[in-house]
Amino acid sequence: MTALLEVRDLSVVFDGFRAIDGVDFTVQNGELRFLIGPNGAGKTTLIDIITGLTKPTTGTVVFDGKSLAGKREHERVRLGIGRTFQTSVVFEELTVLENLDLAASFRRPLWQLLARRKGVVAAVEQALETTGLGDLATRKAGVLSHGQRQWLEIGMLIAQGPRLLLLDEPVAGMSSDERARTGELLTSIAKDHTVIVIEHDMEFLRRYASQVTVLHEGKVLIEGSVDEVRADPRVQEVYLGRAREEAAHDAVS
Amino acid sequence: MTAVLEKPTQLTPEKPPRQWKGPAVFVAVAIIALVVMPLLLEPFRLGLLAKYLCYAIVALGIGLAWGQGGMLTLGQGVFFGLGGYAMGMFLKLNDAGGDLPDFMVWSGVEQLPALWAPFGNPVFALAMVVVVPLVVAVLLGTLVFRQRVRGAYFAILTQALAAAMVILLVGQQGLTGGTNGLTNFFDFFGNDVAAESTQRGLYLTVAIVLGVLYLAAWQLVRSRFGRLLLAVRDGEDRVRFLGYNPATVKTITFAISAVMAGIAGALFVPVVGIISPALLGVVPSLELVVAVAVGGRFALAGAVLGAVVMGYAKTYFSEELPDAWLYLQGALFILVMTLAPKGIVGVAAALRGRLRKEASA
Ligand SMILES: Nc1ncnc2c1ncn2[C@@H]1O[C@H](COP(=O)(O)OP(=O)(O)OP(=O)(O)O)[C@@H](O)[C@H]1O
Ligand SMILES: [Mg+2]
Repeated sequence: MTALLEVRDLSVVFDGFRAIDGVDFTVQNGELRFLIGPNGAGKTTLIDIITGLTKPTTGTVVFDGKSLAGKREHERVRLGIGRTFQTSVVFEELTVLENLDLAASFRRPLWQLLARRKGVVAAVEQALETTGLGDLATRKAGVLSHGQRQWLEIGMLIAQGPRLLLLDEPVAGMSSDERARTGELLTSIAKDHTVIVIEHDMEFLRRYASQVTVLHEGKVLIEGSVDEVRADPRVQEVYLGRAREEAAHDAVS
Repeated sequence: MTAVLEKPTQLTPEKPPRQWKGPAVFVAVAIIALVVMPLLLEPFRLGLLAKYLCYAIVALGIGLAWGQGGMLTLGQGVFFGLGGYAMGMFLKLNDAGGDLPDFMVWSGVEQLPALWAPFGNPVFALAMVVVVPLVVAVLLGTLVFRQRVRGAYFAILTQALAAAMVILLVGQQGLTGGTNGLTNFFDFFGNDVAAESTQRGLYLTVAIVLGVLYLAAWQLVRSRFGRLLLAVRDGEDRVRFLGYNPATVKTITFAISAVMAGIAGALFVPVVGIISPALLGVVPSLELVVAVAVGGRFALAGAVLGAVVMGYAKTYFSEELPDAWLYLQGALFILVMTLAPKGIVGVAAALRGRLRKEASA
């Protein structure tokens, strides 16, 4: 296995606040990596930097042996880096099928886009099947439930055939049924993709994760297997400490 | 990754919804415009309609840029003017027959300015009707959309451009005819431009050009590019993460709308007999945006309808109540934007839906 993504000595400063502080982070080809950490730890910011939404103050991001410095967002997507957002964004005026088709068509030359869509390309067919959204294909994405939107977003990603998928809290706000389905979806995608998943939920983590990186206050706290991470006293402090504080806060208010 | 580019498979054949209504309406409107109206309207009224149809071509472009692409362009007058002046310059040189155009003589210009010389050639002039708006829009779009200027900033920028264009035209009296613009045309490709038959021919030309551009825009909206344009309108940042450059999509669309305005301007000149700064400044640009909003900006038909309806309304009210028109227009705009954002087309669709429901109940 070779490293698909290598982040070296990465820092980003927002108005004097170090949101990411000297992070080294490597993901191998074919890996399913979970990225966890309390609110404000810098998880989303790390993904923002990898995908070009935020510029790092120092450090490098190397994807498949090539530096991403100076590459714009859509150029990174063309290299094979796809992401979802913490709050899902699908195109509500387009149907599920059109959303997927748009995602799948991004490598077509522009003049080809001037033709109308005829039929369904294989990648879209595959994405509909994987996400189980086939029955909703001709419905506008605006009518989808929260869970279905997340699946559509994931479907749009896989329809693009990316080499690295970055999923920002895909199960946040989902019912336990939806979580289970998303977990299965994740497992099946991870079979033939490299995936980084940001997730808070310890239960979800216990079920579906193997390798975990814990981020805390912009730094990597620990990296290892789920069991190692869960057993680590610092992680317990970060998470349980929070939980205790929140419980105390709840009790007061 | 190769799967993305594979040929369409037909695993789930979609039954195309029967779409005969749209084409049927189009054909009906085309028959009315091309056959009924020329028989029904006296020459003066037909000329008015031709003018409104010129505006409808601009409106069609606004509908694409604003309604489909989310780019509120308040400066379409600029492109209308570029097309109009290109045509006007040709007609003036043609009428002058080798001499200086009349207004240049009056303002003491002694030699034909170098900028004017090539416009004596009709092929060049007609090409410029398309090329100049295209180039200006592509340059502007490339600069502006790359820098992610959008929303109100883009709107203000285009409006400022319209204002600047007027100042430029007024200031260059000898080159542009100043405030008066270019007028007093006699010959239009071998015909007396004021003759009834010429005007009828011009009306038919405008109607056909509008129809062709409408079909082209309709095809664009229904293509993958059209889907992409909607996506850019509703989530530009998300589109970036699908691997598209929204700036390119917006620039292309903006350029198409600019070319439409340019063509409209060129047709306007022989139809109305003048092109001047007052016809392309901030106010006329705004009026067309209001017209598109009133007709319904999310539908191409709404944009066209709005331009014609507001054209008639303006003519009627400026004859009957000249002072009230401006306020009425403003009030109508606010009313539409707050209560009926889909305009006349949206209201009509809602009414139809309600009637159908009542009929089935
Ligand atoms: N553009 C920005 N400008 C200023 N501060 C920012 C910006 N983006 C993020 N931050 C700050 O950086 C810190 C890390 O934020 P980030 O969104 O990466 O956290 P996170 O780990 O994703 O948290 P959550 O679990 O709540 O999503 C937070 O304190 C946040 O307020
Ligand atoms: Mg986050």
